[in-house]
Amino acid sequence: MLRIISTRLAQGLLTLLLASIIIFSATEILPGDVAEAILGQSRTEEALAALREEMGLNRPAIVRYFDWLGGMVQGDLGTSLATKRPVADMIENRMWNTLRLALLAAAISVPLSVALGLWSAMRAGGRVDKTLAMTTLALIAVPEFFIGLILMKVFAVELRWFSATANTRPYFDFSENFRALALPVATLSFAVLAHMMRMTRSSVINIFTSPYMEMAALKGLPKRRLVVRHALPNALSPILTVIALNLSYMVSGVIIVETIFGVPGLTRLLVDGVTLRDIPLIQACAMIFGAVYILLNLLADILSIMANPRLRYPK
Amino acid sequence: MSETSDTVVPRASVFAGLRLTWTAMIAGSILLFWLVLALFGPWIAPHGEAEIISGQTFAPLGEGGLLGTDKLGRDVLSRLIYGVRTTLLLALVTTVVSFAFGVTLGFAAAILKGWFDIVVSRIVEAFMAFPSTLLALVIIGAFGTSITVLVLTVGLVLSTSVFRVSRALGYDIGVMDFVEAARARGEGTWWILTREILPNCMAPLIAEFGLRFTFSILFLSGLSFLGLGIQEPAADWGLMVQENVGGLFLGSSAALIPAACIASLTVSMNLLVDWFQQRQQGETVLEKIDQ
Amino acid sequence: MNDIITIKNLKIEGRPPGGEYVSIVKDLSLNVRKGEVLALIGESGSGKSTISLAAMGFARPGCRIAGGEVWLNGRNIMALSPRERHALRGDEVSYVAQSAAASFNPALRIGKQVIEAPLWHGVGDAAALTATTVELYRKLDLPNPETVGQKFPHQVSGGQLQRLMAAMAMSCGPDLLILDEPTTALDVTTQIEVLKAFKDIIRDQGTAAIYVTHDLAVVAQVADRILVLKNGEMVEEGSTDQILHNPQHEYTRTLMAAVRPAPHLVDHVRASAAQATVVSVRNVTAGYGALTILSDVSVDVRAASVVGVIGESGCGKSTLARVVAGLTPLRAGKIMLDGQVAAPNLNDRPRAALKDCQIVFQMADTALNPRQRINDILGRPLEFYQGLKGSARADRVGDLLELVDLPRNFASRYPGELSGGQKQRINLARALAADPKVILCDEVTSALDTVVAAGVIELLKSLKDKLGVAYMFISHDLSTVASFADEVVVLYAGRVVEQGPSKAVFSPPFHPYTKLLLSSVPEMRQGWLEGVADTSEAKAASAGSVVIGAKGCPFSNRCALAIVGTCEKTAPPIRELPGRLQIACHLPAAQLPLT
Repeated sequence: MLRIISTRLAQGLLTLLLASIIIFSATEILPGDVAEAILGQSRTEEALAALREEMGLNRPAIVRYFDWLGGMVQGDLGTSLATKRPVADMIENRMWNTLRLALLAAAISVPLSVALGLWSAMRAGGRVDKTLAMTTLALIAVPEFFIGLILMKVFAVELRWFSATANTRPYFDFSENFRALALPVATLSFAVLAHMMRMTRSSVINIFTSPYMEMAALKGLPKRRLVVRHALPNALSPILTVIALNLSYMVSGVIIVETIFGVPGLTRLLVDGVTLRDIPLIQACAMIFGAVYILLNLLADILSIMANPRLRYPK
Repeated sequence: MSETSDTVVPRASVFAGLRLTWTAMIAGSILLFWLVLALFGPWIAPHGEAEIISGQTFAPLGEGGLLGTDKLGRDVLSRLIYGVRTTLLLALVTTVVSFAFGVTLGFAAAILKGWFDIVVSRIVEAFMAFPSTLLALVIIGAFGTSITVLVLTVGLVLSTSVFRVSRALGYDIGVMDFVEAARARGEGTWWILTREILPNCMAPLIAEFGLRFTFSILFLSGLSFLGLGIQEPAADWGLMVQENVGGLFLGSSAALIPAACIASLTVSMNLLVDWFQQRQQGETVLEKIDQ
Repeated sequence: MNDIITIKNLKIEGRPPGGEYVSIVKDLSLNVRKGEVLALIGESGSGKSTISLAAMGFARPGCRIAGGEVWLNGRNIMALSPRERHALRGDEVSYVAQSAAASFNPALRIGKQVIEAPLWHGVGDAAALTATTVELYRKLDLPNPETVGQKFPHQVSGGQLQRLMAAMAMSCGPDLLILDEPTTALDVTTQIEVLKAFKDIIRDQGTAAIYVTHDLAVVAQVADRILVLKNGEMVEEGSTDQILHNPQHEYTRTLMAAVRPAPHLVDHVRASAAQATVVSVRNVTAGYGALTILSDVSVDVRAASVVGVIGESGCGKSTLARVVAGLTPLRAGKIMLDGQVAAPNLNDRPRAALKDCQIVFQMADTALNPRQRINDILGRPLEFYQGLKGSARADRVGDLLELVDLPRNFASRYPGELSGGQKQRINLARALAADPKVILCDEVTSALDTVVAAGVIELLKSLKDKLGVAYMFISHDLSTVASFADEVVVLYAGRVVEQGPSKAVFSPPFHPYTKLLLSSVPEMRQGWLEGVADTSEAKAASAGSVVIGAKGCPFSNRCALAIVGTCEKTAPPIRELPGRLQIACHLPAAQLPLT
């Protein structure tokens, strides 16, 4: 089993490396280069050449790639073109805001969706199941910003229960923090809840069709025991994968949420970077999100491997 | 013949009525409504796409236009009607692009196998190692926002999923005995793909097209909402939401209306796909315990 | 009245996905007394499995019990609430399914699953129950009874798992045991030990049992009474002796007639050695990835003759057919088609070579493209090999349909509109369309009911006589092969252990494995099981399991006559015996088994 896990770890590293190549080539190759981006419309050929020389852009792409990658590994994320500040500093301030949003949303949506999924599976074909199925099917197709705007309109503009801007201050007490974060966290949770719940349900339902479930049912065991003791251990692997997938899908949800509620977070920084074509900033943000995504998937895979008795106890 | 006990399966009644459910019917009507508007929009819309009709910005419903005015005093209704065309057309083109990439590569990988499959699958995996929005942002960040970049980027991002679906379908059906029989007969790759495999993939591919179409609407409107999609003065629903978010605090619903329209489009599409897949999951063992 | 179970006027309905409920079981009644074994026999679709589950008041997903009474231990369980009825399952009634490998939860330890039902129903505490089950394991002849409960299902062999499932069913001390085809998925040599274990444990505990099977020979061993079913209705009921020896109903007689006599009792086809060889497999080694499935296999098929290839699951018989067809490339050796060396990969073979050698797959359901009409399925090879088009093609499709005893108008149908037997005939007609010299038949009758299979075999025979086509007939069913093949090849773990003319292979001297195989084929004779289960070769065979890629003789770990120090180390020599018989064994000819 250790060998399988280490192979999987190596695969994760390889994917990360491939991802860095994609990021680098997507941002560096075309069109023009960073020097053009910095100087913008007012560029002259001399200024361009000088800047290129200064930034080392005349070196071959492959050298620049390894240079960049080496910097990344050592924590040097480069210097922003727009602000001339080190990217690492800019990110540091923002990271916590994004992380807090994502963690809170995950803490709410993961247990809730798994529980709802199991409940729905247990009542498969019943009214609860059908209602949940219809609701989640619709919810999946609704854009995140629609959910966010509706929540904002109702709870912040009309009812004034919560704050419309998610700006928290260090001196905020719990209730002030709650007022500020309730809406963005709720929007983010909605964005992933439906999908996770549906997938949990269908993973468990899939297990129901196997002969060992019929066997267990014919032992006269009650439903709850069938679902929790017999189906869940076997559905664990697909459920873990879905959780990892949705947590990383949160990234796109976070982007929208940070925009709507004006959260000064990492994704907002990225979107600004894209608007200003601040290449080093884009690269750094993309690498961070890519790494988180790969890490989450890796974690899900390793947990599934460890939960599989076939791999834990070979013949 | 002495096949006394050999029972014949009755002719499958696939076409014995489409068995439309009420949800499918409503969803279908909504889609049809938007389609008609997209086709005849310019003749129906009371005002021009970017025409400023009132000095009052964020006019409430009924004042200025039927659905009020937006942040520049343009008619929300007219922009909505023009917008459906942009939204639908762009999503359609994007989905077609993603299918052109995904299906071709997916089936090629499943049939050719070997190094081709390994190389393509690895590359797709690396692309999938990013959240799709992030990937699109990086590319748009590098290439700037133009319709072509937008369509190709989103098409590329979506095609990874289409690739996976087609490759899996190709593999699953490629190992069926009837494909083996065709191979044993000496049939070429083209015949096997077009005559043996594809006809058996149509239903899941159509469903996938529906899902990707929905996703592409969501994706494009999300980008527009971030200001990275369609640019003004063109009318696009996602863009309209972005333009008018500020009005929310002034009591205007100019941002909510296009958002709701997008939702109506995607939810209907999703319901229709769900109906098409007829995922009427059979009964489960658990249900039988209660009987 | 000491009936454990009485079913009165049972009606069960089933619903195909998206369809309406239709009747599956119509007005069926039965009863089982204490200590009695009732067999339900019938072909697929007869409702036998459905009925057996109804004895627990249970209907599978997609089915429902529409009427009737089920009296278990003196009360009508259909009148109970679902909850009360569910509480009886795993307490008063328990169930043994067809495949133990699929019926054990892969994520839980075996011991936990075995005692789960009695623990839940409050029969005893975990420690006491575990102690009882260890006794049960011992009675079932399971190796390592103390520790086997600690293992996960994937760590135990199929035959053992099947016996463990019997332990799981018996652990709650049920009054009624339901066995649903419990040995069908096993190979014949494994079936004996499992069957014996089931029979002993039922007798030992005095449990009433309902035994569901399609195999009359198995029924003869275990049942006291037999109920014959057809399309959800009872056809005939009587004691085992009466049904087997004096069946009253026409349908029962048809079933009995379709059972083939034991291999050595068959009139063997006389092989004619004069014909030219159409397929010649020379020292072929093949496999997938790191796995070697076939090693050093040589087989000849002569024109207009039948070579039967027999062996148990995983012995490589299907791979042999695929190698000959060029679907699986070989690693060493060569294939000769019609005297010419054929390329290992079919893409490199000329069209004429492909035409001469056609393959027919086991499952007609998956072998025919569901999206093509019969007209296209049969028409394509005609066009592809012979360039037939238009009306010439249509005429020939009609002729082919007639050749396989199907009406000409079937051409416009889709495979989904045909029965299993009809599909298999189409499958065969597609091979015939190429006008081949040899057809590779891979288990073509295995998925069919005996009566239907007998029809297909008759068709194969008449086609051979009419068209002069040769067959490589691959099957695990010895009786069918014995009655049909001129020559027989016996495969074990990817190697040929014995081959020669059918008569010579099925009469002594035997290879020890051939002997085991032959003696393991269930016979209709009551008491056969007791006789065969106690023999030294049956005991030796149940001690080991099949090893692929063994260094010496692959069978040495299961052979009662193995010479320790020789057989497991060196590959056996091929002994040429009179009558063109070849046996690969270390034993000298004089010491080979004779009975």
